[in-house]
Amino acid sequence: MSTPFDITQIQNIIDTGIPHCAEIGMKVHEMDDDEVIFSLPYQDRFAGNPVNGILHGGIITTLIDTASGMCIYARLQKYLPIATLDLRIDYLKPAIPGEELFTRATCYKTTQQIAFTRAIAYHTDPNDPVANSVGTFMLKSSSGAALNKVTVGEG
Amino acid sequence: MDRMTAEEFVATIEQSKKEKNWTRIFDMIPYYSFLGIRLETPDDKFICVLPEDKKFIGNPILPALHGGVVGAFLESTALVHLLATQEVSRVPKIINITVEYLRSAKPVVTYAEAVITKPGRRIANMRIEAWQEDRQRPVASAHANFLVS
Repeated sequence: MSTPFDITQIQNIIDTGIPHCAEIGMKVHEMDDDEVIFSLPYQDRFAGNPVNGILHGGIITTLIDTASGMCIYARLQKYLPIATLDLRIDYLKPAIPGEELFTRATCYKTTQQIAFTRAIAYHTDPNDPVANSVGTFMLKSSSGAALNKVTVGEG
Repeated sequence: MDRMTAEEFVATIEQSKKEKNWTRIFDMIPYYSFLGIRLETPDDKFICVLPEDKKFIGNPILPALHGGVVGAFLESTALVHLLATQEVSRVPKIINITVEYLRSAKPVVTYAEAVITKPGRRIANMRIEAWQEDRQRPVASAHANFLVS
């Protein structure tokens, strides 16, 4: 895709091209060539602990997986089909019930076929993260159209 | 959200085990209700079931489930296994998980089973596998550590 790459486009991909991300209400918070930051407002329906309302790790996994994929587009400045190969997440401390959660992801290396990412999840201070993650993605994972083909048609 | 006390939580788990009525566990954990997870217990195994639902799709062109949902389902399966098979005095806390995506997961009903590879006094090390039509062709696997006490 040759048009400039911006937050509006990424948000459009999220809202119209990735049903699960639209469902949970992920928003692009900031984006540049090096990293993307996504936000997710706290929602009771994502609690994993019925005693204290702490978020289930799974929703953090979704946030991190999505941000890690999107930061590859930011680094390559183009859309292409990608697939997660491997994602490791360390849960450093519980997310605070009621607080918005942010995820910052960076793609620090790409090869012909593989991209390597790092990501953290945090509330207000990136130096005091809730979760830390490393991911590996396969590039050009399918011969089908990339996600932008969905959004271009609809957007 | 109606929060419950830790005592109520443990009592509900104990009651579920006694009655082998696992829907209580899913009903009381909001994220499990969101995913619509069920438990099947053929031959005393604990197999979690993620229903087919368009809201889980991450790539509508393939189409494929969102990798985050697959990871979340694997983690959920591990926790359910712990709750159903171990004596718990609190909700086990996940420490880390590594998910390996083996095949594109189609937007169809998905199954997963967890095994405790090492049941420690404080840490449970788990291995989890998810599959769809064919158990011999897993779509993802994971290993995870939980703090259990």
